[in-house]
Amino acid sequence: MGTNATTQAANAHLTTPTRLTGAEIVWATLVGEGVTDVFGYPGGAILPVYDALRKFPIHHTLVRHEQGASHMADGYARASGKVGVAIATSGPGATNLVTGIATAMLDSIPVVCITGNVSSKILGTDAFQEVDITGITLPVTKHNFLINKTEDIAPAIRYAFQIAQSGRPGPVLVDITKDAQQGTAIFDFAAAKPRAHRPHPMLKVEESGLAHAAELIRNAKRPVILAGHGVSESGAMEQLRTLAERAQIPVALTLLGLGNFPASHPLNLGMMGMHGESWVNNAIQEADLLIACGMRFDDRVTGSTSTYATKAKKIHIEVDPAEVNKNIKVDVALIGDLRAVLEDLLPRIPGRDGSAWLKSIDASKGAVAVRDIKNIADSGHLYAAHVMHDLWRITAGNAIVVTDVGQHQMWEAQYFHHENPRTLITSGGLGTMGFALPAAIGAKTACPEKEVWVIAGDGGFQMTSPELSTIVQEGLKINIAVINNGYLGMVRQWQEFFYERNYEATPLVSPDFVKLADAHGIPGRAVRTRAEVADAVAEARSSKGTYLLNFMVEKEDAVYPMIPAGNALHEMIRRPGKDPLVESPEDI
Amino acid sequence: MLHTFVAYVEDLPGVLTRVASLFRRLNININSLTVGRSEKAGLSRLTLVCEASGEAGHRIRASLFKLENVVDVDDIAQAPNVTRELALIKVAATPHSRSQIFELVEVFRARIVDLTSESLMIEMTGVESKIEGLIQVLNESEGQILEICRSGKMTMRRGHHTSGVLRALGAANADLEEAAAVSLQDLSAVKQD
Repeated sequence: MGTNATTQAANAHLTTPTRLTGAEIVWATLVGEGVTDVFGYPGGAILPVYDALRKFPIHHTLVRHEQGASHMADGYARASGKVGVAIATSGPGATNLVTGIATAMLDSIPVVCITGNVSSKILGTDAFQEVDITGITLPVTKHNFLINKTEDIAPAIRYAFQIAQSGRPGPVLVDITKDAQQGTAIFDFAAAKPRAHRPHPMLKVEESGLAHAAELIRNAKRPVILAGHGVSESGAMEQLRTLAERAQIPVALTLLGLGNFPASHPLNLGMMGMHGESWVNNAIQEADLLIACGMRFDDRVTGSTSTYATKAKKIHIEVDPAEVNKNIKVDVALIGDLRAVLEDLLPRIPGRDGSAWLKSIDASKGAVAVRDIKNIADSGHLYAAHVMHDLWRITAGNAIVVTDVGQHQMWEAQYFHHENPRTLITSGGLGTMGFALPAAIGAKTACPEKEVWVIAGDGGFQMTSPELSTIVQEGLKINIAVINNGYLGMVRQWQEFFYERNYEATPLVSPDFVKLADAHGIPGRAVRTRAEVADAVAEARSSKGTYLLNFMVEKEDAVYPMIPAGNALHEMIRRPGKDPLVESPEDI
Repeated sequence: MLHTFVAYVEDLPGVLTRVASLFRRLNININSLTVGRSEKAGLSRLTLVCEASGEAGHRIRASLFKLENVVDVDDIAQAPNVTRELALIKVAATPHSRSQIFELVEVFRARIVDLTSESLMIEMTGVESKIEGLIQVLNESEGQILEICRSGKMTMRRGHHTSGVLRALGAANADLEEAAAVSLQDLSAVKQD
């Protein structure tokens, strides 16, 4: 972090146009955009930018692999709501960012990536470490720029920040040639301001649509609200809650929606979709009205679209016109910012008695709960579900949890109950293994006062475990829970269910994660029984620095319930107990 | 069904790739694509024809608008319009066989634009079916077609239709520099179409 002198100098640049090098302009513009932290990895084509860093009040976190940089910027953005910034050199540095960029794209996360490229004179000559990164990232960014003139740097970066945050957020990449970094230009921050954001011309919230939506809500007997990531992106938590409470409508959440409606709220049904609880999915299938708020009817949420909620009228409130009628045909489309639309809609919604419908949903929960692993007595085995449940209980649900992808991710979603937005950070759309550890570093950097937990499987953890060194170098306090079952668990589960238990390439040899942590100077311990969980979690939390817990869980456990891909939402594989076969909703 | 999109895009490197890449990503084949300067400085106009389901039109248009460099998109679909295509056709023809081709060209209201002792070149503008017709007749006649170059379709709505987006960009006759400045800086004033 810079000294007061660098802060003053950087601030002076923002108000007084000054001649600076392109490299200095990069930092000066970032300072102007409010950036305090970046994540990156140096290299030849970005060296001028690194050389200028010392003059600016920005903290740089050195990552161990550029994928970590883009995930950290992503985690930073998800935890804080601000734009995350990643920096890499040309060629392999830039291509290593790509998985993280795609992750941010699929989950609509505002990230700006800055890459160096070879000098403009030799662009396109297959020079050393040259790669067409704007071409490569074209389909996984909202927009990208190839900048080869010093004077274009500030306008491009400012424009990138606007694009990343406006409308439906997403990642933007700015590729800057080395000669543009080395040249000089007058830095005029105010003049580099982009044109005003152009709202998507197909946004459309009509009076007739609002009236129709209100009428459907008034007349519905079995309505369900489907709340997604858009709720927190739009800051519509309060409006959503008002709608649910006033009209007494139960709320089902997408994976990225978890936390956007309090888990403890009596109207909260929980997560919908492939691993949603049976009462949630059955309620959706039985509903006569779905009110979709900032969600996109992803295939993991709908199952087979032809059998999805066939009895329900559908209202879709969505900021991206390209998402409307994409997967599911809707009856009323209110295309605009969720919060603004709900504010327009709420005055038309009178109080409503929803007790009959709520009671019938409630009644369907009871039988399910009996088979829930959480309610089964301790058998001496350690189940991942127990770990999640205990973590939630012990942290009082106040931690930011950053998960990887796979079984543990779904167990977390089922058993860790999120009360507040931005407390679950997970790769939902792209499903990126290796996301958790670096994204947690980003989240902790953004929210140093918050308790941050990484929950990762033994497979995904190994994809980015070198970032343990980053944690140590940065002196961060992150609690790490490795859910270790010796398999690529979710793939093994699919093999169990759909490939006749042919466990091809899923048994996994791992290092002793406690020793691996120790090699980094990070303390840790293995946990083998449920009895040890509370003590181990307490030890991790009270440890001054980062702490790793290696939970040796049941090897061949599966996530239930599960809707096989392409099945109808109510055709789920239920928890074993009676009969682990595909059951119909009548079988509860 | 066949969709015809007319789009105004910023005249910058890579913009065509962004448009084409969208269709690639949606796994939609582009039947034809023509691009050229428009009446607005700094903006190119393109006509893109593709085969996609009727429902896909909305999503394609919405997705095109999401591209930062796309300023306006019109889905011509079934709207009354004038659509034209240009074709250059080179035909092998000796002095003996020319006269028959001359007659055909006359009937089709095409033009001969190049003539040598061994070949001639026909220029023809018209709707797709008319061009297809000439090609078919040429294939059935003595003359052997050596080369065909077709421009793809260009489309314009009939009547005094101008989209809200373009209206907000200012009058077509405005000073060119000014129009460019407006297109890049003041799109906030753009009204919904």
